[in-house]
Amino acid sequence: MKRLLLFLPVAIVGVLFGFFFWGLNPDRDPNAIPSVLISQPAPEFDLPPVEGTETPGLSVDDIRAAGEPVLVNVFASWCVPCRAEHVVLTRLVEQDGIRLMGINYKDKPTDASNWLDELGNPYERIGSDYSGRVGIEWGLSGVPETFVIDTNGTVVFRYVGPIVDTGAVDEIMTALEQARAQAAGGV
Amino acid sequence: MFRGVILAAALTVASAVPIWAVQPDEILDDPVLEDRAREISKELRCVVCQNEPIDSSNAGVARDLRLLVRERLVAGDSDEEVVDFVVARYGDYVLFRPPFKPTTYALWIGPFVIMGLGALGVAVMLVRRPRRIDAKDVALSAEEEAALDALLADKDKGRQG
Repeated sequence: MKRLLLFLPVAIVGVLFGFFFWGLNPDRDPNAIPSVLISQPAPEFDLPPVEGTETPGLSVDDIRAAGEPVLVNVFASWCVPCRAEHVVLTRLVEQDGIRLMGINYKDKPTDASNWLDELGNPYERIGSDYSGRVGIEWGLSGVPETFVIDTNGTVVFRYVGPIVDTGAVDEIMTALEQARAQAAGGV
Repeated sequence: MFRGVILAAALTVASAVPIWAVQPDEILDDPVLEDRAREISKELRCVVCQNEPIDSSNAGVARDLRLLVRERLVAGDSDEEVVDFVVARYGDYVLFRPPFKPTTYALWIGPFVIMGLGALGVAVMLVRRPRRIDAKDVALSAEEEAALDALLADKDKGRQG
């Protein structure tokens, strides 16, 4: 017993070492805010279309009615990283056939429609959240943010920041595939 | 001259009004509700500038949340209901004071456990430390006394000689 007690300092140092090592992990983002929406139903909302575009508005019922997993992307014309991820989202829609719906966050309709005219519109539906009130329902901390919603209308994944690198695309695609597999499994 | 400098300094300090993040158009007409809104806002973390409460943050989302807090208060929510409303959307993360629940037990109780262990260690150390030696328990035996006397006598002799 006494012998074992002698190893106590070593054990404490071991635990501290593990803790600090975990803290040094470059993949860990201490500023990341865990989303409470994961595994929760998508928040109730009903947004009008962006004026000046042909794209219909977006409500939570549209997401539920999609019949397959949907990507909900929150964007704004004033957001520079949104411009960067726009080409990636377009490619995902055109090449991988994902269903993309947008929430236009705190954006003037004319700015948003000009932005879409210039860059193209990959969105099936876009809701205009001019006041930012629906953004709060989604627990938004900034733009861009992207959510994966499964066929039951449950939020299964959230990505904060622009989807530009392959890692981000992989994460999104994995979440979508899992949601598809779950839907196919009849759960 | 000197008096003038002091006066100027005093005037400068007196006229310096703190700049609040809360903008005039956000403030409620009802001072009681506004006070409650300010108190709640001080307890809520801004999700953009994470060490600032929404009360003093200039971020857009912070302003939206301040407006939301006031909107809920005007609608007749209690302080707890307002906080729960925000927590339901942003999680416990927005609370500067984490709630006491199973996932935060380690956070709340941990320091006391560590302090308890430390106190236990000190107590064990104090109990096991040898007690103060009592002179009566270690009195010399008769033989030892005699030997000592002989030695002392020898020493005295030596000094005389």
